[in-house]
Amino acid sequence: MFPELNNLLNTTPDRAEQGKLTLLCDANTDGSFLVHHFLSFYLKANCKVCFVALIQSFSHYNIVGQKLGVSLTVARECGQLVFLEGLKSSVDVFFRAQAEPHPLQFLREANAENLQPLYEFVREALKPVDDGDAAWRCPVLLVDDLSVLLSLGMGAVAVLDFIHYCRATVCWERKGNIVALVHDSGDTEEEENNILLNGLSHQSHLILRAEGLATGFCRDVHGQLRILWRTPSQPTTQRDRSLTYQYKIQDKSVSFFAKGMSPAVL
Amino acid sequence: MAAVATCGTGAGSTGSMVAAGSKNNVTSFQRRGPRASGSDSSYSRLVSIAGTRPSVRNGQLLVSTGLPALDQLLGGGLAVGTVLLIEEDKYNIYSSLLFKYFLAEGIINGHTLLVASAKEDPADILQELPAPLLDDNVKKDFDEDACNHKTAESNIKMKIAWRYQLLPKMEAGPVSSSRFGHYYDASKKMPQELIEASKWHGFFFPEKSSSTLNIEPCSLTHGYIKLLQFIQNTIYEEGFDGSNPQKKQKNILRIGIQNLGSPLWGDDICCTENGNSHSLTKFLYVLRGLLRTSLSACMITMPTHLIQNKAIISRVTNLSDTVVGLESFIGSERETNPLYKDYHGLIHIRQIPRLNNLIYDVSDVKDLAFKLKRKLFTIEYITKLTSYGMQGQKYLLSGHLHRKLAINRSHYFKELKILKKIY
Repeated sequence: MFPELNNLLNTTPDRAEQGKLTLLCDANTDGSFLVHHFLSFYLKANCKVCFVALIQSFSHYNIVGQKLGVSLTVARECGQLVFLEGLKSSVDVFFRAQAEPHPLQFLREANAENLQPLYEFVREALKPVDDGDAAWRCPVLLVDDLSVLLSLGMGAVAVLDFIHYCRATVCWERKGNIVALVHDSGDTEEEENNILLNGLSHQSHLILRAEGLATGFCRDVHGQLRILWRTPSQPTTQRDRSLTYQYKIQDKSVSFFAKGMSPAVL
Repeated sequence: MAAVATCGTGAGSTGSMVAAGSKNNVTSFQRRGPRASGSDSSYSRLVSIAGTRPSVRNGQLLVSTGLPALDQLLGGGLAVGTVLLIEEDKYNIYSSLLFKYFLAEGIINGHTLLVASAKEDPADILQELPAPLLDDNVKKDFDEDACNHKTAESNIKMKIAWRYQLLPKMEAGPVSSSRFGHYYDASKKMPQELIEASKWHGFFFPEKSSSTLNIEPCSLTHGYIKLLQFIQNTIYEEGFDGSNPQKKQKNILRIGIQNLGSPLWGDDICCTENGNSHSLTKFLYVLRGLLRTSLSACMITMPTHLIQNKAIISRVTNLSDTVVGLESFIGSERETNPLYKDYHGLIHIRQIPRLNNLIYDVSDVKDLAFKLKRKLFTIEYITKLTSYGMQGQKYLLSGHLHRKLAINRSHYFKELKILKKIY
């Protein structure tokens, strides 16, 4: 987790909020550093995390997590982390027929209607355990990333349904959190992705949007982060609070500064 | 077992990640550095694979793409376990050349090759590979070039644009004995004995299309399913995924797929806008899964300029690790543009992966051009500055050169920096 980002979001691992949907999106840049931040944040906050990692392997997240101070192998061993490695399981699902329904069943099917097996997996993973000793704080679902599901043949409506079911179970029933990453393609006419992004934006409590600089590549400022706090359940006449910062990613942390205040310029 | 030992060391260990299971994880995503557990033997075996080297930044195992200049632009080379996507130029001239360099590099290093094509028989492709340049020939060529450019540079004194003198000039890296990247002579063919000594598997789609499928059709086109099965069989039987631990010497599998997405593979995304829009992306996803769990590296050339549905291109880019686009000047208006008269095309590095890391090696310079000069394919970066008198064209430069300089109107600068690296 990045301490500067915690300050901007006004949270610490001890005081993590519950029942929230956080949407991460990136446009013209790579927003995966936000996924690493939230993964290490919730592991340090002693929450039970179900991580649906569709785009990278376990060792990638583990090595970056070690730089940020958490060990995914230890977390997985003691049950704090349930990790669905999409890439490795996809090979198993695709080449060998599975006996029981697999969360990535839709890879084998020509016209998969919904993501129900994936939802069942999440529900099973974040089931409250009646074990007095290992009582985790709250369940958290982390998805990296949802745009891959669109590439694999699922419609935007199916993905929105999946998130809706997960929200009902994780956020409302079990007072947990959901964090999901969606890529924003910008100007290409990708309708499905826009439907997904708009639909999720209206449901989320916090939107973190990482954008590349409009002027192009810069060595000292890697991008701009827009933070938007929302209250989706109560329509308010007040404007939602929003902040914009620019950031530079370093080896083990990310530094944030106000626009135009990069240390390279000052 | 190594897995148990790693878990015991706790969060402070910087050792490798080993899968918490009985099967030894043979991915290349292992960290360089002192090991806590007893996996030193496997690590030393990984490092000693011919034609690979660990990345300077994160210890990731790299192979050469066949072009040392491209290796440097990609941060040292192509990471094992990843996909390099080449967006073809309009007439598929230079992308097929890069494809051949990739395969030739595999033969020189003794890697196993898997060549898949729907257009040409892989055996014919291998006959057309360029010959490697021996060391003394290479040195002679570079000395010639250095002389030419020295005379040009001495004439141009940078009085006004003095900031350009801060730009890095040609850097001659140390010449190491075990060469990582090699240079190839595009006018000569690879010697027959080298090709015969190499191990390769060919997949020629028209030959394989008639055999039966044992996977039910799942919105992937027939060609892609067969290709995935072929790749998976090769990986499994040759033991690239660590399933055969008795193999004494680990090796890399270089997969080259030509013209993926073209109608010859049975895919219609290049023909219509509403074609089978998920077939190619599903293929890339399963291929990514196969690569991440084996010691292999893949280069795919794809005619993205023909794909009608632009959304597919962005999805394909997100599913690939490294994406390089080639744009040749043949037939375009830039062919007659005097600024580009020495070059054959532009090369765009569209995406570089951040593997095992938050950051990645990216070069500051974004204006890159290539040319096929006599025998060598070189990539250079161009910084051009024209006076305001030249049809009112002003060039904004990237990186720290974000300023337009007012210069003497009677002449314009042309500055070439050469990015050839001799490792």
